Amino acid sequence: MMMLKRDKKEEEEGGGNPFNNLEKSTVLQETRTFNETPINPRKCGHILTKLLYVINQGENIGANEATEAFFAMTKLFQSKDPILRRLMYMGIKDMSKIANDVIIVTSSLMKDMTGKEDQFRGPAIRALCSITDTSMLQSIERYMKQAIVDKVPGVSSAALTSSLHLSKTSQDVTKRWVNEAQEAVNSDNIMVQYHALGLLYHIRRNDKLAVTKLVSKFSKHTLKSPYAYCLLIRIATKLIEEEDAGSGSPMFDFIESCLRHKSEMVIYEAAQAIVQLKNTTAKDLAPAVSVLQLFCSSPKPTLRFAAVRTLNKVAMKHPAAVTACNLDLENLITDVNRSIATLAITTLLKTGSETSVDRLMKQISTFMSEISDEFKIVVVQAIRSLCAKFPRKHSVLMNFLASMLRDEGGFDYKKEIVDCIIATIEENPEAKEAGLAHLCEFIEDCEHTVLATKILHLLGREGPRTPTPSKYIRFIYNRVILENAAVRAAAVSAIAKFGGHCEELLQSCVVLLERCEMDTDDEVRDRATFYVNVLKQQQRNLSSAYILNGLTVSVVGLERALYSVLEHGLKHVCCTGLTVSVVGLERALHQYTLEPSESPFDMKTVPLATQPLADQKVRETPGLAGDVGKPEKSAATRQDLYAEQLAAVPELANVGALFKSSQPLEITESETEYYVQCIKHTFSNYMVFQFDCTNTLNDQVLDRVTVDMEAADGFEVVKQIPCPSLPYNKPGSTYTLVHLPEDPTSVTGTFPCTLKFVVRDCDPNTGEPDDDGYEDEYVLEDVEVTVADHVQKVMKPNFAASWEEVGPENELEDTYALSSMSTLEEAIKNIIQYLGLQPCERSDKVPEGKSSHTLYLAGIYRGGHDALVRAKLALDTSGVTMQLTVRSTDPSVSEVLATAIA
Amino acid sequence: MSIVFLPILFIHSMRAYNHVKIANMDGGILEPSLYSLKALAILDNDGNRLLAKYYDDTFPTAKEQKAFEKNLFNKTHRANAEIIMFEGMTCVYKSNVDLFFYVVGSSNENELILASVLNCFYDSISQILRKNVEKRALLDNMDAVFLATDEICDGGIILEADPNAVVQKVAVRNDDIPLGEQTVAQQLTKKLEVLQSAKEQIKWSLLK
Repeated sequence: MMMLKRDKKEEEEGGGNPFNNLEKSTVLQETRTFNETPINPRKCGHILTKLLYVINQGENIGANEATEAFFAMTKLFQSKDPILRRLMYMGIKDMSKIANDVIIVTSSLMKDMTGKEDQFRGPAIRALCSITDTSMLQSIERYMKQAIVDKVPGVSSAALTSSLHLSKTSQDVTKRWVNEAQEAVNSDNIMVQYHALGLLYHIRRNDKLAVTKLVSKFSKHTLKSPYAYCLLIRIATKLIEEEDAGSGSPMFDFIESCLRHKSEMVIYEAAQAIVQLKNTTAKDLAPAVSVLQLFCSSPKPTLRFAAVRTLNKVAMKHPAAVTACNLDLENLITDVNRSIATLAITTLLKTGSETSVDRLMKQISTFMSEISDEFKIVVVQAIRSLCAKFPRKHSVLMNFLASMLRDEGGFDYKKEIVDCIIATIEENPEAKEAGLAHLCEFIEDCEHTVLATKILHLLGREGPRTPTPSKYIRFIYNRVILENAAVRAAAVSAIAKFGGHCEELLQSCVVLLERCEMDTDDEVRDRATFYVNVLKQQQRNLSSAYILNGLTVSVVGLERALYSVLEHGLKHVCCTGLTVSVVGLERALHQYTLEPSESPFDMKTVPLATQPLADQKVRETPGLAGDVGKPEKSAATRQDLYAEQLAAVPELANVGALFKSSQPLEITESETEYYVQCIKHTFSNYMVFQFDCTNTLNDQVLDRVTVDMEAADGFEVVKQIPCPSLPYNKPGSTYTLVHLPEDPTSVTGTFPCTLKFVVRDCDPNTGEPDDDGYEDEYVLEDVEVTVADHVQKVMKPNFAASWEEVGPENELEDTYALSSMSTLEEAIKNIIQYLGLQPCERSDKVPEGKSSHTLYLAGIYRGGHDALVRAKLALDTSGVTMQLTVRSTDPSVSEVLATAIA
Repeated sequence: MSIVFLPILFIHSMRAYNHVKIANMDGGILEPSLYSLKALAILDNDGNRLLAKYYDDTFPTAKEQKAFEKNLFNKTHRANAEIIMFEGMTCVYKSNVDLFFYVVGSSNENELILASVLNCFYDSISQILRKNVEKRALLDNMDAVFLATDEICDGGIILEADPNAVVQKVAVRNDDIPLGEQTVAQQLTKKLEVLQSAKEQIKWSLLK
């Protein structure tokens, strides 16, 4: 029965599809027909098409099979049949990457390329260039030059585009074809013109003067092709961006004149270019916006989409400029293309007034179910910015978000909503209760463990500080009863936070936690037991250290670290409320297990967690084609990488565990002969200065490179580790080890530096250096060691609890007048920079219009001492006055920090 | 000791997730270049590939390419909306009977340029298939379809955007196609034309 059905289906849809169920091996077998004489063009053409089809389906063809088929194919050059010949060209291109010895067909293709048949010549050039490499390019250069200026447009275009493909690998050769390209731009054929301009720009793109000439020459209406115009607009835009020229530039006049071009493609390209320029005023934008406005009512969906998408971009920077289009955008809300409708609404949300918010939200909700998740995310992002813009509308927006949360949707979409609600809660205290309530409701029915744990964590942090903390406990405890182990564990932690923060709830929380001690999961049970014990102590500093602020460890290898702890049965691990990096922890634990000792393992030897590398990287590449920001999988932090690098230097083995590494600091101009960056690595008693040097002279090799540092007061240079050799453009590192002063309060200093090395001249082409060299030196900028180098940022989610935990024993207080600062924001920025501490509880943001503010900073000082700073700032006519209070677990640390600002 | 560690895991997983951006919808300045296409494709009405050419390494393996095609097809085969932002790229598309034509470019690419390529792609194949744009006819003329695709785009560069020029370059043997593969209607019109011209000829010869 099944067989019958399938047969029938095949009959229906295949209907004799000659390519259905093609076997790769059968087709390859059939290529042997090519060897028969005389050649039957129809039969061979059919087989060749099958072969192309199989390759196009993505079948993996091995090099041997491909080579065999390729050689059989070359026999077909004997036939003059045009279709067959052209299919062969395609076959050659498709197989040029998989078969061996493809250059065998070079001479045949060259014959076709220069032959009489015009319809062969273009495709033959393209096929030839796909099998040519740099070494063979010389032999066809003459023909390529001729082909570029050929009268037949197809030949010229083929030669131009192939030159561009070739220039990826053989830039130098194609550069010599610039005159031919120049001539081709004057062609009457629009595609030749476009391709020639593209090649010309590519050859000259690094010569700014030449590019400027190029644009000014062709902007005077000598081009026919709309594609060439679009390209020219892009070149002009790039020039304006690079020169930072505003609307006064002649380039801008050219772009603006393109708004009146007859082709829609060019008009749109010009409008888009104007919108993307950075230094534009509302006046510059106006003509572009009015063109886009016209496009909004076009019957072509693509044009409407393009227009509304660009208007959306304008609205991000200049919402006022788009308000004129509001009416047209409103018409697009009901567009059949949901992408257009969504973009229209989100644009309106950005430009609209507070009063229109309710109406628009109602309209969106009518088709939310119809649009793709990607666009839903766009909507959520628009709502997020609305929440920030109109704080008073939070109830409408929150309700909308809550209803979106209830709807179907993927993880990314749900996550975006949750993020949006959390951001709103943090920005706007009034929205907190409603937002938490929505989130509570969401976790009642949430299939995503990650989101549930995230929300539970948030509830634990924010819930206890609301007027009625008790109402959240029910939601959280429900999770303990209903969810999987990870969520249960998070719920247990959240409950403990309520107990730690609110005394009146302490008893009930302990009761709830005691019930969890019977849980089936180890983790949940362990947590519950632990929290019950801590809470029963009823000591504020204990609950602060272990429950409210806890540890912050970078996630990497956490499991591995724990695993190794269990495996080796370490019983002596004593941990204090430190922020540690797990890679470091793992390494320290490993070290500890290798050298069994009686002393307990001390967490203070483990480096602190720093921001993971991924945080910096993802943001750097916005908008690049196809670069959908994939999260960096490498979870090792920058610091962990440095630690690894330093550990590899044997001379630096005994300095202890790395505490902090600074950001790289340039101590030469980036354009000089030798380019040097300095990274300061702080250890408990030492500092290692890592100098990353690059030799930018191609006729020199540097040997025994060191950096000579004059030690500041109390510091002592212990060792220099030279970089043995520094060839051209290969970075190398040299290290200088400095012992820190014995006096714990003197920690800052300035080090004048000189680069010392032995120079050997070398041949720039071969890199072969002379035998003899001479000593030379190069003066670098001074390196400064500041207080911030001794401090690691640590986030304390509950600052007040930590403040009490450290206690007033080592408290220092002083008042300063910061006369050079004119605003609170500026003062805060500078204080953070000087001290290198982490602002807590969002205290680095000053509410608008306030004249006084309190800044909370937290961190760990070298040696593992907690350091907390409270700075009360007041703004008056003479500047900013600051009362600085420092608490620390070590008296000298307090002193260092209190005097850092002065 | 594990108890102390685990709360932290959640903080960090939170932090890491903040940096996942789904699709980049904001544009940047485009590097002026001729390379404007990422892919051309023709799928059938089950979303299977009949022809697909990829011009950059956004989807390096055949598996990734086919997955992309399936997803794209699922998003586009019902709503005939002509244009969609998909996985951070701009896709323009057009369908007829049981064929779906796609042109894919970067999200920063001029949408109208992509649309002009799609029109050329569709129109030239429509001419080659004598307005008979459906799967069966396409498969029967696969050789010409391959050649047309090759003439429209070369390695991501738009080679030709005028359907007439493309058809002329492909130069298929129009009269050469066996009778059985033409539709009855076409044959009828052709015969009528022949008849018509014969009539004319006779008329003129009589008038002379």
